[in-house]
Amino acid sequence: MISFEMPESIHKTRVLMETVAENMMRPMARYFDENEHEIPWDYINFMHQAMAQMGGSAITTQEDEKKERKGPRLGFQNLTFLVEMLSWGDTGIYLCTPGGGLGAAAVQAAGTAEHKKRFLARHQGEKPTFDAMALTESHAGSGMPAEVRTTAVRDGDEWILNGEKIFVTAGNKALVDSDGFVVIWATIDPSAGRAGVRPVVVEAGTPGCTVTKMEHKLGIRASDTVSILLQDCRVPFENLMGDPEVKEKKTEGAKGVHLTFDATRPIVAASAMGVARAALETIKQMLEEQGIEIRYGLPRSRLTNIEREIIDMETKLQATWLLTIKSMWMADERKENTIEASMCKFLAGDVVVDITQRAVELMGPLGYTRDYLLEKWFRDAKINDLYEGTGQINRLIVARRILDYSRHELS
Amino acid sequence: MYSFEPTEEQRMLMEAIERYAKNDLREAAHDADETGELPGDLIEKGWEMGVLQASIPEEYGGFGERSAVTGVLAAETMGWGDLAGALAAMLPATYAMPILLGGTEKQKTELIPPVIEAEWKPFTTAFIEPVYDFYPGEMGTTAEKKGDGYELNGEKAYVIFADKAPSILVYAALNGQTQAFIVPAGAEGFVIGEREKLMGIGGLPCYRVRLNNLQLPLEARLGGEEGFDFVPVLASAQVAIAALAVGVSRAALDYALPYAKEREVWGVPIAQRQSIAFMLVEMAAEIEANRLLVWEAAWMLDQGKDVSKEAYLAFTGTTDMAMMVTDRAVQVLGGHGFIREHPVELWMRNGRGFSTFTGMAMV
Ligand SMILES: Cc1cc2nc3c(=O)[nH]c(=O)nc-3n(C[C@H](O)[C@H](O)[C@H](O)COP(=O)(O)OP(=O)(O)OC[C@H]3O[C@@H](n4cnc5c(N)ncnc54)[C@H](O)[C@@H]3O)c2cc1C
Repeated sequence: MISFEMPESIHKTRVLMETVAENMMRPMARYFDENEHEIPWDYINFMHQAMAQMGGSAITTQEDEKKERKGPRLGFQNLTFLVEMLSWGDTGIYLCTPGGGLGAAAVQAAGTAEHKKRFLARHQGEKPTFDAMALTESHAGSGMPAEVRTTAVRDGDEWILNGEKIFVTAGNKALVDSDGFVVIWATIDPSAGRAGVRPVVVEAGTPGCTVTKMEHKLGIRASDTVSILLQDCRVPFENLMGDPEVKEKKTEGAKGVHLTFDATRPIVAASAMGVARAALETIKQMLEEQGIEIRYGLPRSRLTNIEREIIDMETKLQATWLLTIKSMWMADERKENTIEASMCKFLAGDVVVDITQRAVELMGPLGYTRDYLLEKWFRDAKINDLYEGTGQINRLIVARRILDYSRHELS
Repeated sequence: MYSFEPTEEQRMLMEAIERYAKNDLREAAHDADETGELPGDLIEKGWEMGVLQASIPEEYGGFGERSAVTGVLAAETMGWGDLAGALAAMLPATYAMPILLGGTEKQKTELIPPVIEAEWKPFTTAFIEPVYDFYPGEMGTTAEKKGDGYELNGEKAYVIFADKAPSILVYAALNGQTQAFIVPAGAEGFVIGEREKLMGIGGLPCYRVRLNNLQLPLEARLGGEEGFDFVPVLASAQVAIAALAVGVSRAALDYALPYAKEREVWGVPIAQRQSIAFMLVEMAAEIEANRLLVWEAAWMLDQGKDVSKEAYLAFTGTTDMAMMVTDRAVQVLGGHGFIREHPVELWMRNGRGFSTFTGMAMV
């Protein structure tokens, strides 16, 4: 039965996260924007404790498939609301949340039960830990995973990794600031294209794995984005997830990538929605303080321009948000959600950029000044249309699905 | 819990309506638009799908319970078939539903069964007015209490089947509040004018109506002396139009997409060009997202929540979307899209109308 009733448990998550977002993240948001590469430890430690109290890692959706469940699965939906609210607080700081980032998502999607236990257990430890996922290389981002050049060569019961990854979110926190890990996408057979690509876990402290650069960015400055150099970096044989051999070169070897993204793209959409909501709520409040009330229900011919813009933004935000929820509901229901995941991702990328830039425009000098967060949200917004597949790449994914085309027919 | 899955019952109903939309509505659409007339048996068949009947409780002649969610699912599917035919088949709901929602017990027991228990009859509504900034919250048509009755004055537009309607629900401002009045056919002062000549929905006969000192008894007011709450009625009207807009948009996408795979330029299907493929993708995504605005508003209506804002946003979102999607469908077909042999230009004409159509359908 079609229903939009928010489950009680999600409601609780939201209330809790709203407190954190409002009282903790918002007040420190400007500071960490202006002091790039400083780490918001207060937030990190708080979240680590809070999540331990909430029973495990709230930021991932670890669920034992065999364990009996009371009621429907809500893990992905819960995460969606959590991320939306934390990003409403601050996206950059949200990206510093310990205990389960993109690396964990990759382990969830591609790893065995043993992998999950070995690599994810650390997040429940005493100290906060981080993980990251490194797919992008300097010569190719959108071209991934087909164009992975980082190699994994087997040597007895070890893999030797060589190559360089760029733009790794939280890479420094995973490898340098904590006992975390990075999932490196490497090829075990460069002649096999995407069929040869595998996720390999590299733990902090592994010799031959070094962080070589920290980027300076337009926005989300609280989040570190790093380059990782792999020089004869040896990891145990079991750290490679998936088949250690390439059986058929034509098959989709890098299935884990796709599965990971079906789960993480809606998360990016949710994050975008949080920023968009922050900007929209803020300008509505600023207008209200000027005595301007939005008169919903009027025909456009009777609306002021400001009213029309706000109503338009609100409509787009809500439609995209509902599609985001739907795609994660599908994930919880174990329905294939590739189309919806990519759709909500590119819509959210468009909507958040549109809303935040309009918010700056509408507020004029108050929008452009660093006295308020509006200009910062505008800078933070853009990343949502870039990482986890650009808007174009997500359109391509949907296009191939709805047109029933292979990547050779449409690229 | 969130859920995006219709019930088994709803699914079965939609399957039946889908067949009707495909085999009947769609088949009749082109000729109806050209000739200005919908086949009578087409409308009757749509009526027999029983969507309205299933929304009316037994005591008023129906066999179910009002569900706006079922209503929007049905409206989308019918709209996919053909908008003019859908509006005709759904027409009695614009009369019966406000009575169900806002009528006195007496009005409900007297007025609803004759609509529900018979074959389709054009019980209709006079809602829209011929001004550029028409706003349902401030009707230009007035109702004034005079002696032991009301007097109505004003002009209405787009009154569907006004010439054949047994009874008409007329909206007017009473002391500045939008209220509704039941007007029997042939009432003195209810002057049916010319048939409207519209850009789209050509098969649907719509009329101008003048209300010249129309005298009505006190009982004619919907909800009796207290009147009725216009807010949920307006919301129902907005989500109905929104759902139809989703249907028309989906029709346009469903036509343009296979066409783009067939049509070759320089030996390559145009769908293999990103500029075409991405248009189709954006059309599909907007449909998916905006449909959920409609579902959410309908669900809130069924929950008895105040839905005025959500219904308005659903209406705004879907009407913009319908214009974007139907325009692009024509673009995908190129010059062929401009030719009336293909249905996309009709959908584009209909698509432009949604922002004006509030009041012409209800769920
Ligand atoms: C702050 C930040 C954090 C990041 N975090 C991570 C991370 O944690 N892990 C990770 O692996 N990567 C990460 N990335 C990398 C990110 O995913 C890539 O930047 C992104 O996928 C785009 O790749 P690119 O930068 O190489 O752009 P390119 O692939 O060079 O694309 C350039 C432009 O061409 C367009 N384009 C490319 N191919 C096509 C096509 N076939 N059709 C149409 N248009 C096309 C793109 O949409 C884009 O507009 C991060 C990036 C940033 C900026």
